[in-house]
Amino acid sequence: MKTLSWPRRLAGPVRYDSSIVTMAMEVGSLPMRYALLVQGPPYSVQASHSALRFAGAVVARGHQLDTVFFYHDGVYNAARLASPPQDEPHLVDAWRNLHDQHGTALLVCIASGLRRGIVDAKEASRHGKEGFSLAPPFELTGLGQLIDAGFTHDRLVTFAP
Amino acid sequence: MSDSHANDMLVVLRHSPHGSSWLREGLEAALVAAAFGRGVSLLFSGEGVMALLDSQQPGPLGQKGTQPMLEMLPMYDIDAFWVDVDTLRSLGLKQDDLIFPVAEMAREAFPDFFQQHQLILNF
Repeated sequence: MKTLSWPRRLAGPVRYDSSIVTMAMEVGSLPMRYALLVQGPPYSVQASHSALRFAGAVVARGHQLDTVFFYHDGVYNAARLASPPQDEPHLVDAWRNLHDQHGTALLVCIASGLRRGIVDAKEASRHGKEGFSLAPPFELTGLGQLIDAGFTHDRLVTFAP
Repeated sequence: MSDSHANDMLVVLRHSPHGSSWLREGLEAALVAAAFGRGVSLLFSGEGVMALLDSQQPGPLGQKGTQPMLEMLPMYDIDAFWVDVDTLRSLGLKQDDLIFPVAEMAREAFPDFFQQHQLILNF
């Protein structure tokens, strides 16, 4: 893609630098409803780390983070069996904490999840699989929920690899 | 397309049909939005322009091809197609090489075009 670069900053994925924290602070004092779209897998790339830092900044400034939608490889953020080394951030638990403390809905695209082996107990049973891999309170849902989030929240911010 | 929703959503497609699932997943988002009654525009930019070439085949990897998806978009009332004309030229392509007529847009026009849409998704 390097030879075909275009002005990503106009609408492209937010990435990498500490300015994401500044972005959340620049919105001023009026509380807003945020949704995040996470398309990067945990650990392999920075997208999930950045999304979580942005999420922390959003709620720290008194805004609402109502929805996080996981699409593409982002569905691996919901892996129930993720067991990172103890001296590294536990991204799956960090998302769950966000849900527990702020009521953020953690929505996982069902089509992306099923392809990649991220299934809840119901889908596992439906497909005849032993065990399930989606960690509650993550929930499988359709792409329609992403579209809906895009139109019902004040901001939708994308974090892609 | 119903005019009241003409500029609801813009899907920017920047990946070629093969090598990753970005293009297919972007098209799926567009289809779902249209099924929910939203007006959807598609902008093909960068390698995404290659999605518009005729005779793109699924190939030996067994992935579904994206051309059938593109061809069924009009059935979902998606008929606002735009192509980044700078990419088109840099790849040595012309309108005749594309599977159907697509409106050309210069990159200088991108910011205003993005402004016209309530929701933008990048793939």
